[in-house]
Amino acid sequence: MSDHTEIDAVSGTSTTGHEWDGIKELNTPLPRWWLLTFYATIIWAVGYWVVYPAWPMISGYTSGVLGYSSRASVAVDLANLEKLRGAKMAVLATIPVGDIEKDPALLALARARGKAAFGDNCAPCHGTGAAGAKGFPNLNDDDWLWGGKIEQIMQTIEFGARSGHAKAHEGNMLAFGKDGVLKPDEIVTVANYVRSLSGLPTRQGYDKAKGEKIFADNCAACHGADGKGNQELGAPNLTDKIWLYGSDEATVIETITNGRGGVMPSWASRLDAPTIKALAVYVHSLGGGK
Amino acid sequence: MNKLTRPSELEKATEAPLYAARKQVYPQSVSGTFRSIKWRLMAVCLGIYYLLPFVRWDRGIGAPNQAVLIDLPNRRFYFFFIELWPQEVYYFTGLLILASLSLFLMNALGGRIWCGYLCPQTVWTDLYYAVERLIEGDRRERMRKAAKAADGGVTLQRMYEVTAKHSIWLMIAWWTGGAWVLYFDDAPTLVRELLTFQAPVLAYIWIGILTFTTYVLAGFMREQVCVYMCPWPRIQAALTDEWALNVTYKYDRGEKRTSLKKAAELRALGERVGDCVDCRQCIAVCPTGIDIRNGPQLDCIQCGLCIDACDSVMEKIGRPNRLIGYDNDINIQRRMAGQPEIYRPVRPRTIAYVALIAGVGAVMLYALLTRHLLDVNVLHDRNPVAVRLSDGAVRNAYTVRLLNKHSTERTVTVGVDGIPGLKVHVIGNDSNGSDRPSVVIGKDQTEELRVLLTAEPDIRLDASSPVIFRITDVGSGEIATARDNFVTP
Ligand code: SF4
Ligand code: SF4
Repeated sequence: MSDHTEIDAVSGTSTTGHEWDGIKELNTPLPRWWLLTFYATIIWAVGYWVVYPAWPMISGYTSGVLGYSSRASVAVDLANLEKLRGAKMAVLATIPVGDIEKDPALLALARARGKAAFGDNCAPCHGTGAAGAKGFPNLNDDDWLWGGKIEQIMQTIEFGARSGHAKAHEGNMLAFGKDGVLKPDEIVTVANYVRSLSGLPTRQGYDKAKGEKIFADNCAACHGADGKGNQELGAPNLTDKIWLYGSDEATVIETITNGRGGVMPSWASRLDAPTIKALAVYVHSLGGGK
Repeated sequence: MNKLTRPSELEKATEAPLYAARKQVYPQSVSGTFRSIKWRLMAVCLGIYYLLPFVRWDRGIGAPNQAVLIDLPNRRFYFFFIELWPQEVYYFTGLLILASLSLFLMNALGGRIWCGYLCPQTVWTDLYYAVERLIEGDRRERMRKAAKAADGGVTLQRMYEVTAKHSIWLMIAWWTGGAWVLYFDDAPTLVRELLTFQAPVLAYIWIGILTFTTYVLAGFMREQVCVYMCPWPRIQAALTDEWALNVTYKYDRGEKRTSLKKAAELRALGERVGDCVDCRQCIAVCPTGIDIRNGPQLDCIQCGLCIDACDSVMEKIGRPNRLIGYDNDINIQRRMAGQPEIYRPVRPRTIAYVALIAGVGAVMLYALLTRHLLDVNVLHDRNPVAVRLSDGAVRNAYTVRLLNKHSTERTVTVGVDGIPGLKVHVIGNDSNGSDRPSVVIGKDQTEELRVLLTAEPDIRLDASSPVIFRITDVGSGEIATARDNFVTP
């Protein structure tokens, strides 16, 4: 610093002695409280480095004298949460799934837990609100391929359908066209017959008797003589208003030609038993349960 | 070398600065009417504040039996027979409106009555002054001691006094914070926990915060709070009118002021002199250190202590008292004009305030007495909004939240009107055979239900039709309703 003590004529303030292109810098120091606050923040920051993890090192980081780690504190929180819920969760683990809905508190717990698990695991296929999509059943309605009782729902979640698990639901819709079992015109005829089962309009001049016969010979084995389906085989009810893949003629023809075989994975190995129970309760309480 | 002179100061050196460095005030002790009113009010205010948490109130088993309790974890507020839920914050809004209207009314009648007698800042500062006076002596002594200490004359006695004063101040501050937290938990239990260091950390933090603020505001900031921090003097200055009674120096009676001896001489010469003997007692006792004889001013908290001081002087010199008193300029002018004084406590402004207070109070009381102890909120499922069932019927799902503010368990039925033949199904409920399933809600509880509504398959429905949820208490017949919509896919 220069010992220059020139006083600026206009403001009456001394200058720092710095000058650029005729513009001089006034020496107006910061207020003391401002400086003190500033120094305090610096001291605070240094303290922070010492107390908390701060500096990156070549392999790792300074861990701070408190030994604080956000991961560890989350783990502690989670452990506390488990402890808090422990008693209720223990009940959930042992109670038969069918009895959960009888206890309002347990029902609320299972629904909350089930909803979270649903969002994490099931929503990618069935949608966040379980409204489903083409090929992925809507779990809010009352049409169930493998049964909608709470125990049946739980079984489906546990082992899946065509999942490869030994206890999984099995049963395929055959590819009647691709495998040459039915000729194209026969497929059109039986497609129209199937549509008529649920009251949908049929193509003009289609041969109802012929359709009925084709159905009885090829389809009734799985879907039943009356077309009401068979949950043992996952064969859908063809007389109701709900169509998993679509009800228009082209879609039905495609289904009969190439067959269908949607896969539901088995969750037994990925989720623990209470979570699967909670999922079953949640899905059942969506409203479609029987 | 860095001596700083702001340009603004060069130009306006004659104007008073916006902020004057603080001058320590050493108010003198005083006794009289207003001082004793203040002592009594202080006792009442502090008594209420410190003792209220210990007042018990029987609300039955399982409910807290503390008369005034802010139960944050359970989100309830208890005030004697009143129990408020978070949904009812409008009662607090009402209370705030009532509080401000009362403040306006006080202001219209007698100026800053609140500031002088009831404001916590005044009450606690007064208490702190009392402690200070007890330990360090009255005004003169305190001033002498402070001057000596400033000169470096720190004696053992002085150190003892200062330590004692601050210890007692801190103790009062600590009790202030301690009493505060008692409003948030069962007081006797919390006291025990505090004494055994078992209380929640949050309690200690709050006690710490209030200890600090009390100590700083009442011990050091004192009148600075009233003059620089508090908005009320500014607001009240805008709200006051010429009829409001304020602590006033009646200059019509006081002027010309001069010493007793001089006054006698002047009177003998036939000159007019006032009653004020210029003894400056009114300034000595003033907790904000002002001279009331300069007329009404923002710094005056209207504590009335100068009235007491001047009255005792008037008594000594044998003149009528209330040379300083609650008065207004209208009367001063009237007296000077030889007219009788008039007081008008009843005027449009005060009538309006009283009417508003009565009105708001009545509305609140009515709302409180007729408030619903049964309530229902309905939330429509968004995803999916509607489901088509296999027989073609349409179903909507709702989250229904029932609130039972009664202190007994209640059985209610869930009914829905609006669409003929609507089926009501409550998940997990076994009385679903009927079209009005019944549900039990625990006392003082909320119950969340998942409710499915199903319309008949062949009914023609609009894209969205209104439905009304009707919750009926089987016992009392009390009904709570909520509107929502039923939509088709
Ligand atoms: S002037 Fe009088 S009334 Fe006003 S603050 Fe001072 S002592 Fe109190
Ligand atoms: S106390 Fe009364 S007499 Fe004494 S200076 Fe004040 S107004 Fe005048």
